[in-house]
Amino acid sequence: MQVTVEIWRYDPVTEESHFDSFVREADPTERVLDVMLAIKDEDDGSVAFRKSCAHGVCGSDAMEINGLNRLACQVLIQDLETDLIRIRPLRGMKVLRDLIVDMDPFFEGLKQVQPYFIPAEEAPATEYRQSIDERAAFDDTTKCIMCGACTTSCPSFWSNDAYLGPAAFVKAHRFIFDSRDAGDSVRSCFRPRRLAVAPASSWSLV
Amino acid sequence: MQPRTVLGAATVHRFDAIVVGAGGAGLRCALELSEHDYSVAVISKLYPVRSHTGAAQGGVGAALGNEEEDKPEWHFFDTVKGSDYLGDQDAIELMCEEAIAAVYELEHFGLPFSRTPDGKIAQRPFGGHTRNFGEAPVKRAAYAADRTGHMILHTLFDQCVKKEVRFFNEFYVLDLLKDGDACLGVVAYELATGEIHIFQAKATFIGTGGYGRVYSITSNAHASTGDCMAVCLRRGIPLEDMEFVQFHPTGLRRLGILVSEAARGEGGILRNREDLDNIGSGKDGFMAAVAPTVKDLAPRDMVARAIYDEIKAGRGIDGSGDTGSDYVYLDLVHLGEMVINTKLPDISHFSRTYLAVDPIVEPIPVQPTTHYAMGGIPTDTQGRVMRNARNEPVEGLYAAGEVACVSVHGANRLGTNSLVDIVVFGRRAGADMARYLKDAQFGHIGSEPDAFVRSEIDRLKHGGGKERVADIRKAMQSVMMVNSGVFRTEENLTTARDTIAELRQRYRQVGVGDQSDYFNTELVEAVELGFMLDIAGTIAESALNRTESRGAHSREDYPERDDKNWLKHTFISVDEDGQVSFDYKPVTITKFKPKPRVY
Repeated sequence: MQVTVEIWRYDPVTEESHFDSFVREADPTERVLDVMLAIKDEDDGSVAFRKSCAHGVCGSDAMEINGLNRLACQVLIQDLETDLIRIRPLRGMKVLRDLIVDMDPFFEGLKQVQPYFIPAEEAPATEYRQSIDERAAFDDTTKCIMCGACTTSCPSFWSNDAYLGPAAFVKAHRFIFDSRDAGDSVRSCFRPRRLAVAPASSWSLV
Repeated sequence: MQPRTVLGAATVHRFDAIVVGAGGAGLRCALELSEHDYSVAVISKLYPVRSHTGAAQGGVGAALGNEEEDKPEWHFFDTVKGSDYLGDQDAIELMCEEAIAAVYELEHFGLPFSRTPDGKIAQRPFGGHTRNFGEAPVKRAAYAADRTGHMILHTLFDQCVKKEVRFFNEFYVLDLLKDGDACLGVVAYELATGEIHIFQAKATFIGTGGYGRVYSITSNAHASTGDCMAVCLRRGIPLEDMEFVQFHPTGLRRLGILVSEAARGEGGILRNREDLDNIGSGKDGFMAAVAPTVKDLAPRDMVARAIYDEIKAGRGIDGSGDTGSDYVYLDLVHLGEMVINTKLPDISHFSRTYLAVDPIVEPIPVQPTTHYAMGGIPTDTQGRVMRNARNEPVEGLYAAGEVACVSVHGANRLGTNSLVDIVVFGRRAGADMARYLKDAQFGHIGSEPDAFVRSEIDRLKHGGGKERVADIRKAMQSVMMVNSGVFRTEENLTTARDTIAELRQRYRQVGVGDQSDYFNTELVEAVELGFMLDIAGTIAESALNRTESRGAHSREDYPERDDKNWLKHTFISVDEDGQVSFDYKPVTITKFKPKPRVY
């Protein structure tokens, strides 16, 4: 099928931005990333975007595709149900060039939730014991690949510099609900001031 | 703050130690160094959590014995046998013993392993891992669903954040600073700005992973372009055992995306077109005749060859006999929804997303995919880089993980042992660097240490070349896949070698259209291609040179293993004129004498 791909361009020297439009043949089962790579290889090598694993586990290619934040390697052309593909950089972050945004503030912000294991007790000779149910309690939040797609789709994040956004909650949840972790009291120090959400015990991720 | 001065136009940084690459090996090394009072920086061309360690799925091998009896000695034997007796047994024994503490340590860092009913780390069977020296498969792979690499990468990164490790993200290392036989640091290109940085260090660690992108079908990330292997080769350090490239049997058809061996560890069965009636039955498939004891859990080299044999005999699913396009089925249907969704959630998701195949109700189309570099930068068990086959080190230079060759994987790596490798040898390298740093001094860096890097970038951007990166890259990937893949002959390897040589000539005429200094990803891809061409050349040359079949290196014109002539490691060097030379190192054999390899 023929698709029209509109890609946001931003030149940090002139600070000028616009959409460039590319018309290409694409298989409906191709990934959006495949089409972007074909554009880069054959039409315009200067289109700048991040990519790495190309199957949704590294989080490099989060971008706004037809109005939704998603990974370009996880969306097939047919999933979009249109032949017009419009790609923009993630919002709420400084655009450095084309589709590449500054991820440093995102990773810096995460540090406020003390995003690391704080053990409840001294390490045993083998492993800390944890039941299958205890492990299941925080399974969902162990999966986060820190692509930033959720945080940068949140209007509160765009407008409030102090707001850390959902990825930080996910990271905090991953430790707060880990039965082996004892960082709760430490992490709670920042919670009322910074996150302004309900106590951890009432959180549930759907 | 670290001293930071401007030398010419390059920014100069000084650290006691630098770590290049922020995957599992680099992060584990950095953590070890963070236990000491040295200044340390990690330099990565990606953000750390983007590293390819995160794509590892099935498990990390260690004889914990949580599910059934197991011993490090059995793990040791299996790894030696899996390596087709080319792995160095001193290194393998040490790795298998230290694997246990390394896995507990990861758990103590908070890694969320899957659990047994009594709350211990859960373990599953994996290819080539057996009980009592080959009797039957054993549950040795400690896992977190099918996201074990993701959990290792994020857990180690979390710990680095806790220790306030300094990171230089999206800095691309393009050259090594050497003075005689000592390493003095690296030259890096800052992706965001195009600036050149000199990182001067007393000790330098390399953990930049593999080169899967040299091939057209690969499980590897776009970033896996063999960068620092090629950098070392250009700076006179030989590469070891480059002919040994692992093809994982089960990549998603056409895409090469990995379907973990854990799928077969949980009971998945490979099926050909004559076996379609057995889908969902749980009955044996074609692997039962190839490896009667372990069947579908034979090592990867054997399973990949068996799949190609089925396809060549016209028993692939489409029956064309073309190993490039035909495929077989991986049947998980009999495992049921519960096992598939809880133990193999990610690979099921990949299958549904990319092939519209739901493994709960139908089999997954798979074909072998380029997966892992057994060879690489030669090191000893302390992670010290060797400058020749006589075990003479490059002072102050270390490496571990896929970029390195210790050698614990020999001619064929067993599944789960790559994750063992990165945590065991990443830590050992860090510990030895800390010892080395006690007496080490900064070396003297000559004038214009960045001259080579600048001239290369200048040539690519301003040389007026008309060749396109994508054209050469596609030609390289295709010729390597067809001619230097699962099965090899003198004829097709000669084609690979000669084509790569022609492509290297064409590469000198490559021109980059993008003239920007800011995130010039076109330039980065051009540089990566240069590295990959160097690596492709060493693979083809080393494979042509080794006239036997061993592990993943399968020569149809020399089908037997030849211990008399080839029980030795290959060291390949390339001089400034492009002349290739070989040297050899004996295999270290301690407990297990080479035997025929049957499963």
